[in-house]
Amino acid sequence: MEPIYVPFREANSFYRNLYDLFAEWSFWGVSPIPDWLAYFLAGFLIVFAVVNTVVIVTTIGTWVERRLIGRFQSRLGPNRWGPWGLLTPVADAVKLLSKEDTRPEGVDRWVFNLAPLVFIVSPLLVFAVIPFGKNTYIANLNIGILFIIAVTTVPTIAMFMAGWASGNRYSLFGAMRGVAQLVSYEVPMVLSIVGVLLLAGSLSLVDIVEAQRIPFILLQPLGFFIFLLAISAEMNRSPFDIVEADSELVAGFHTEYSGMKWGTFQLAEFIAPFGAASIITTLFLKGWDGPLLPSHLWFFLKVCFVWFVLLWIRATLPRLRVDQIMGLAWKFLFPLGILNLFITAAEVLVWETPTTVQLWAMVGINWVIAIVCLVAVSHLMSDKLSTRAPLAPFPVRVRRDLREVR
Amino acid sequence: MPIRTEPVTINLGPQHPSTHGVFRMRITFDGEIILDVEPIFGYLHRGSEKLAEERTYTQVITLTDRLDYVSSMSNNLAYVLAVEKLAGINPPERAMYMRVMVAELQRIVSHLVATGFFLNDLGALATPLMYCFREREKILEMFEMLCGARITLSYMRVGGIFQDTPPEFWPVLSDFLDYMPGYIDEYERLITGNEILLSRTKGTGILSAETAINSSISGPVLRASGVNWDLRKADPYDVYDRMEFDVPLGTVGDNYDRYLMRIAEMRQSLRIIEQCADQIEDGPIKANVPALVRPPIGDAYGHVEAPKGELGFYMVSDGSIAPYRFKIRSPSLLNLSALRDMLVGCKLADMIVTFGSIDINMGEVDR
Repeated sequence: MEPIYVPFREANSFYRNLYDLFAEWSFWGVSPIPDWLAYFLAGFLIVFAVVNTVVIVTTIGTWVERRLIGRFQSRLGPNRWGPWGLLTPVADAVKLLSKEDTRPEGVDRWVFNLAPLVFIVSPLLVFAVIPFGKNTYIANLNIGILFIIAVTTVPTIAMFMAGWASGNRYSLFGAMRGVAQLVSYEVPMVLSIVGVLLLAGSLSLVDIVEAQRIPFILLQPLGFFIFLLAISAEMNRSPFDIVEADSELVAGFHTEYSGMKWGTFQLAEFIAPFGAASIITTLFLKGWDGPLLPSHLWFFLKVCFVWFVLLWIRATLPRLRVDQIMGLAWKFLFPLGILNLFITAAEVLVWETPTTVQLWAMVGINWVIAIVCLVAVSHLMSDKLSTRAPLAPFPVRVRRDLREVR
Repeated sequence: MPIRTEPVTINLGPQHPSTHGVFRMRITFDGEIILDVEPIFGYLHRGSEKLAEERTYTQVITLTDRLDYVSSMSNNLAYVLAVEKLAGINPPERAMYMRVMVAELQRIVSHLVATGFFLNDLGALATPLMYCFREREKILEMFEMLCGARITLSYMRVGGIFQDTPPEFWPVLSDFLDYMPGYIDEYERLITGNEILLSRTKGTGILSAETAINSSISGPVLRASGVNWDLRKADPYDVYDRMEFDVPLGTVGDNYDRYLMRIAEMRQSLRIIEQCADQIEDGPIKANVPALVRPPIGDAYGHVEAPKGELGFYMVSDGSIAPYRFKIRSPSLLNLSALRDMLVGCKLADMIVTFGSIDINMGEVDR
């Protein structure tokens, strides 16, 4: 039974220890757990631990998010249940679980019920390949980044399932917008990742972290910028939240959902920023690596920081219109992504194994290019985006004779 | 073979997050582009006009509170002006200053709410709304000092106001006048130059001056289209003729102009309040008016520049204690009359923003 499991087992020390524990456990000389069961048990425990950690962190994250957004909006935020409102997520969950699960007439039952499940699977799957710390990951896939790109597109299918099956036109509008947005933003996102891949020379996330002598955000500022925008769009976060634009489409594709099905959508949407923050940390911020503190803590702190930035954007910006979002992807991010790819490829070609000085020269060149590009873009749009001169007040001719009319 | 497409009809409202109440529009879409709009209202009809004919002139004041419930003061003012015109009553000086002052405070409240919800419709996750409500709260606290109520105020009376100001009102007002310009600057810093706001609002929902005049639109929406018409200047009531203020005007008539218009009007309102506070003197606050007003037989139309436009009350008196006929000219309803012209051809998202920039209040539309 050895060959199939080998790459997975060797990949992760925690995982191998657990596997060995089950496989080598003997009972009067007889090993009661067969190899395949040991493999399954070890995998199950690890996945169980990771999924639950993610969900619990997310649950606390919802509380933090609501408190922080409260502060951003100069109000208090939830503070009734438990100290500082810490039990609010529990109250939310109890309320959602005990709520009646209504299903409107005329919905496509199977697709309707399946959509929340499909929707929540993908943000969880992202964590399968993310290295949480030194030697801590579920799987070291040699195509890890491809796996992430594939998995992050799955919610769109769920979105369309929900939108179509609901039989609600708001839902359908939301689903259509979601698909269009995904198709547009997948391209710049992949292009921005390719720059990182060229520098790292590997598709495995574990290798990418180890290849970062300095964080890739320094070497790939333009790529980071594009990736941040694209991943925000993929997650339907503000300013790209047209899919469930509450002021336009009520709740977009999950308008018709209630109870825990709606809760599942919400949970997935709260997990997604953590997933995105993990990807950004891994690709651009040197992953778990950092001085002094343990690697897991470093990873967590970096993820929290990126998550906070995403939250900040969400609390600040208004929403773009659907055609403007597509325009941004195809007219600006796509060319910038290609430019970034060419520059990075040229640099990798010239300096195959850069010395420290060459590395910092690369940083300088890339930052100058990034700033020039962004300034040029903002100048291109400046005629459209200039503020209007203050309204000129006019002296008004006073017509007193109106008083005498009546 | 070309793909067969067909337009989609959506009933937007009466329950919808951004119809500002129970407004309903039957919209035909081609994809995201609007082909046709049919506004349907009446979901909040309470028969205010008929109810008023059953009540004495003083009792009707409480009905006017509930028309546009974010600007009760202006409604009260328009009503008492009409009754005073009908009965030939002249309010004392101090009352007129107080009325102008609270009407301008109410204009700030209404514009804050309008701006906040407009930005909320733009998708800014209620952040600007909460900032605007922070200052609204301050003004409502002042109203509470003046008359004990916050929303439905019933502050004004035929021939004056309900009661004199408490002494602690004036320091609060002067504090307010000190910090409010800074808060308006803060809104401007936060969002006016924002690229997303600019790209969303500039050039969308354009209302030409001609259409605006033909649709008898009034208030900030009309002035944003460049038409210089403000009743405070054109037909000054109370003490507006002694006030020095400018009427800001728009140039294009798009959503951005309407947004700027409200910000600029808030600044002008502050100027008026400051002048009122300077000029006001001690004196009686109410003319000698009997408890049951019996105007002579006749009719009168009183109108004010309410925050949303020209609010007018037309009344016919048969000499009894209640109006014989009562008609409300509500700006919210008439400002909706150009809705179709503004919306056809634009996208769903622009539709919401344009609708928000008109700033209607369903209590006033349906009456």
